[in-house]
Amino acid sequence: MKKRVLVACGTGIATSTVVNDAIENMCENHNIEAEIIQCKISEIAGYEDSADLLVTTTVTKKDYPFPVINARAFLTGIGTEETEQEILHALKQ
Amino acid sequence: MSDLYIDETLILNDLHAADADEALRTMALNLYDHGLVKESYIQAVINREQEFATGLPTKGPAVAIPHTNKEHVHQKTLSIGVLATPVPFGIMGEESETVPVELVFMLAMDDEHSQLSMLQQLMAIFQDEQQLSFFKNTNDKTKQKEALIDALSLSRQGGETR
Repeated sequence: MKKRVLVACGTGIATSTVVNDAIENMCENHNIEAEIIQCKISEIAGYEDSADLLVTTTVTKKDYPFPVINARAFLTGIGTEETEQEILHALKQ
Repeated sequence: MSDLYIDETLILNDLHAADADEALRTMALNLYDHGLVKESYIQAVINREQEFATGLPTKGPAVAIPHTNKEHVHQKTLSIGVLATPVPFGIMGEESETVPVELVFMLAMDDEHSQLSMLQQLMAIFQDEQQLSFFKNTNDKTKQKEALIDALSLSRQGGETR
């Protein structure tokens, strides 16, 4: 089944743009079918029932029914491989 | 959508600031003085930094990428602040951890999807220790501006770039 991945940052226009692209490429390289939705962290609630994963560059203050992965590695290049593995693992569940 | 404006007047070397707020205020005020952002940008960028920290530890000097919503922006632009002494910024995505930031890349962005390559190239600078050290230590606005334009793969045509 196609996974729904949320990519969020505070404004929904800066860091999430970079992360969004990184995940799109990752899914393509690993033949993963995913619907990637880029949004503000404040918009996550609207997807709570339908998303499979949240990848974000901001702090999440509440618990979600899906895994939440910190995406700072895509911005700094530190720990990128670990983050990719984490995301792939979550998408293959 | 407009072109990214880069100018030497937006590179602030030896920026003295006691804390993140002061650094942001000085840089944002400079953008406002140059007519690139609305007055509301100044407080908006400070508030947003408090809510969503943008400090990023790197392999070289730590950076921060403060920014805010596009309604506060007149002209898409990028300002660099080289702090005289490192100032603690919250780390992006962390609850309360901070990082001593030496380089601030303040973004004023006006469009949601036009800036991917600019942002990616900016992130490439953050992943390049030598480039970060160059921006930190050069103290020559013309060289810093040229390096920034090169790094962002912009053509060199005065301040306006395409």
